[in-house]
Amino acid sequence: MNLFDIIGPIMVGPSSSHTAGAVKIGYVSRKLMGEPIAEATINLYGSFLATGRGHGTRFAIVAGLLGMKPDDKRIPESFKYAEEAGMKLNFGEADLAEAHPNSAQLILKGVSGRKLEVIGESIGGSLINIAQIDGIKANFSGDYPTLIVHNVDQPGHVAEVTSMLAHKAINIATMQLYRSSRGGEAAMVIECDKEVPLESVKWLAHLEGITKVIYYSLDEG
Amino acid sequence: MSFAKLTDIIKQAEERNVSFWEVVMLDDMKERNVSREESFNEMLVMLRAMRTADEEYDPTLRSASGLAGGDGEKLHQYRMKENRLIGDYLVEVMEKAIKMGESNACMKRIVAAPTAGSCGVIPAVLLTYEEQKEVSEEKIAQALYVAAGIGEVIAATACIAGAGGGCQAEIGSASAMAAGALTYLEGGNNEEIVHAAALSLKNMLGLTCDPVAGLVEVPCIKRNVSGAVNAVVSSQMAIAGIRSAIEPDEVIDSMRRIGKQIPECLRETSREGLAITPSAIAVTKRLQGQK
Repeated sequence: MNLFDIIGPIMVGPSSSHTAGAVKIGYVSRKLMGEPIAEATINLYGSFLATGRGHGTRFAIVAGLLGMKPDDKRIPESFKYAEEAGMKLNFGEADLAEAHPNSAQLILKGVSGRKLEVIGESIGGSLINIAQIDGIKANFSGDYPTLIVHNVDQPGHVAEVTSMLAHKAINIATMQLYRSSRGGEAAMVIECDKEVPLESVKWLAHLEGITKVIYYSLDEG
Repeated sequence: MSFAKLTDIIKQAEERNVSFWEVVMLDDMKERNVSREESFNEMLVMLRAMRTADEEYDPTLRSASGLAGGDGEKLHQYRMKENRLIGDYLVEVMEKAIKMGESNACMKRIVAAPTAGSCGVIPAVLLTYEEQKEVSEEKIAQALYVAAGIGEVIAATACIAGAGGGCQAEIGSASAMAAGALTYLEGGNNEEIVHAAALSLKNMLGLTCDPVAGLVEVPCIKRNVSGAVNAVVSSQMAIAGIRSAIEPDEVIDSMRRIGKQIPECLRETSREGLAITPSAIAVTKRLQGQK
């Protein structure tokens, strides 16, 4: 927390968790997709579902999916902008087990047909946690450039990824490893102190045993 | 953030022979690794955003729940009346506080200070002062650093979220921050600044967070008015020479302990207090029908 979390942030109301945090969940998901979103199914859970209407949570998530940030004045009219952009929207209730009370499940399809499923949590203030990507644990904040690598659980993949980062002189801020079972699906979630070059991200995606590479950049656009 | 106590700020101000606000700015420069200009310009951005939010109040707007909107205009009309009881400054503070709270509920752009629910308190006190006393924008930005310093200590010691410490942590913190900032503008010394904050916070201790239907509307919006007026009267007491009998840092520590004792049902869960009154339940049921 810094000084401008005390006086600030500038945001569209009414709630830092249910509005500003919800925009951020949408925004990070849009960045994770890496291309404009053609279709979004937004399923809300817990307090997001119960009080979301009064807090504009649906508008907020859609605004984020369109690339808007929490201070964007167009947030209340985001449905109109989604229609103009040709983004198809579906809303429902999320059937999640033991999720954070402010959770949203976003099932997304990009303009190229790329698919992505994100579970995001608004954890207080306007802080968020991306809890899952494509059904696999992720747990990152969106405050750092973040590399998410899904791979077959076999030796060497962590070394491949971390060697690449070392080669590019990128310091790792946090690193998490998950797997479904021995030899099953595994995931690395790496928050970095600086941006990872896109060609390096693409290079990783071509390695054998790596099934999907998702990169969250703090760069605009 | 390196301030755990208000006395730390005062001590640094004395040691470095700079004013209260400047200690807070120097700390921000160090924490975020930014220049003096970058820090100060960022504060000006916050101040200007507050001003824009105040100017763009729309009396016709209503919140999605239908509970909020239009009261700012009522206070505006009251302010225009002759022979009203209270003075020009206080009545405009009230008007600006409720307007900002309503704008927030109606999804307009505001500055969380320290939270969205309490966003009306600090701008009401400072923007009214800026307009009526014709002081420079720089001076108001300095006062915002004073407010931020007090807020940092509260955040580090206690809490600034209703879910954590009840409404005392939101409107209470905002009120203490505004009281200190106004005392600075009125020429108060460092001791007067922190005692104004303490006097203000003492009036807010124990305040719970029991919003109707879980929305940042009832009682939050009108409580911005009380928080702002409380800041003004506390500041006036400090300027008049009145001191808090309890040391300011001890008041903040009390707030922390009280916050921990407030049961969860009164910390932004809407399971007790105002939120379960028949009036509130009627609203909640109506809104659930349109979920």
